[in-house]
Amino acid sequence: MISDSPSVMRKALKDSLSLPAFILFFTMMGFGSFARSTGFGVEMAVVASLFIWGLPGQLVMAELTATGQPIFAIIFACSLANARFLPMVVSFLPTISRPGAKFGQMVLDAQLLSINSWAMCQREFPRIAPDQRRRYFLVFASVILLAAVIGTAIGHTVSVLLPQPLVLGLIFTSPLFFALVLSAVPALSHRLALLSGCLIVPLANEWFPSIDLLLTGLIGGTIAFLIGKSRRKTR
Amino acid sequence: MSTQTLWIIVIGSILSTFIWRFLGAVVVRKISAQGDLFEWVTCVSYAMVAGLVFRMIILPQSELATLSIGVRVSAVVLAFAAYFLFKRNLLAGVLVGSLSLSLMAGLSVGAELF
Repeated sequence: MISDSPSVMRKALKDSLSLPAFILFFTMMGFGSFARSTGFGVEMAVVASLFIWGLPGQLVMAELTATGQPIFAIIFACSLANARFLPMVVSFLPTISRPGAKFGQMVLDAQLLSINSWAMCQREFPRIAPDQRRRYFLVFASVILLAAVIGTAIGHTVSVLLPQPLVLGLIFTSPLFFALVLSAVPALSHRLALLSGCLIVPLANEWFPSIDLLLTGLIGGTIAFLIGKSRRKTR
Repeated sequence: MSTQTLWIIVIGSILSTFIWRFLGAVVVRKISAQGDLFEWVTCVSYAMVAGLVFRMIILPQSELATLSIGVRVSAVVLAFAAYFLFKRNLLAGVLVGSLSLSLMAGLSVGAELF
């Protein structure tokens, strides 16, 4: 258990710089160059990465703008693609804030949260003392946000020509990273939720592609929760 | 589209994403971190994130779709093998998985040339 601030800072820096910062840098380079091809200026792309801070929504925004959809539809679709932040924030904030935490501070923590820091904190928090977890999160999340913003700017301004197989390998780092990080989840109900999420998403995507992840989360999460609860009762 | 319209889209997208984060912070203040509701929301998050990752691998909307599913799945298997071989080292897993995918993609491009 790591409990002193310098060690927590070091761990957060090491954990973020060793891989996630690189992944974010590269994937946001992809967003930057995509945003450029769809007409967004470099400052717009940077502001989007910095403040939307949710790649699925950013991609939807750029894609629908390119196809000339109405403004309202673009904003709504971006919101829908990022709706996962609601359950993520609800399940995350109690793990870092003590009961007396100020509301403004909680909103700022929520704004800094992304799927990377959420998954990484779920994995690393058992090894970090509870009163140091927020420090770990803030350092980790700030480093990867910075990497993402720099990546966006570079992707927008420089057109890097890498061989296609290498580009594919780099795109693949993101799902690989999440799959590995999530495989370490200890609780039974959470493992069940991961499994049911994988099983349901192909069907949800086939039938309701625009809300497939929301449906997957609600159905898969509820099944996992109910099974986990009945298992706890029988014990 | 005009610069002004594009800025409206960016700022609208920022606000429409922020709503979810803000609502999350509001909900957190109303529920107990030990209660069933919290546990349910955590399960929903896990299922959603798993769905997102699984979809990225099985049904990619990116350029990864140009590769066969066999290539993508074997790269994931190799990544897990390396991850556990190197005592749950994330860097080892991601490096092996991503390099093997690049290699297989390169080989299949090469095979098409001949």
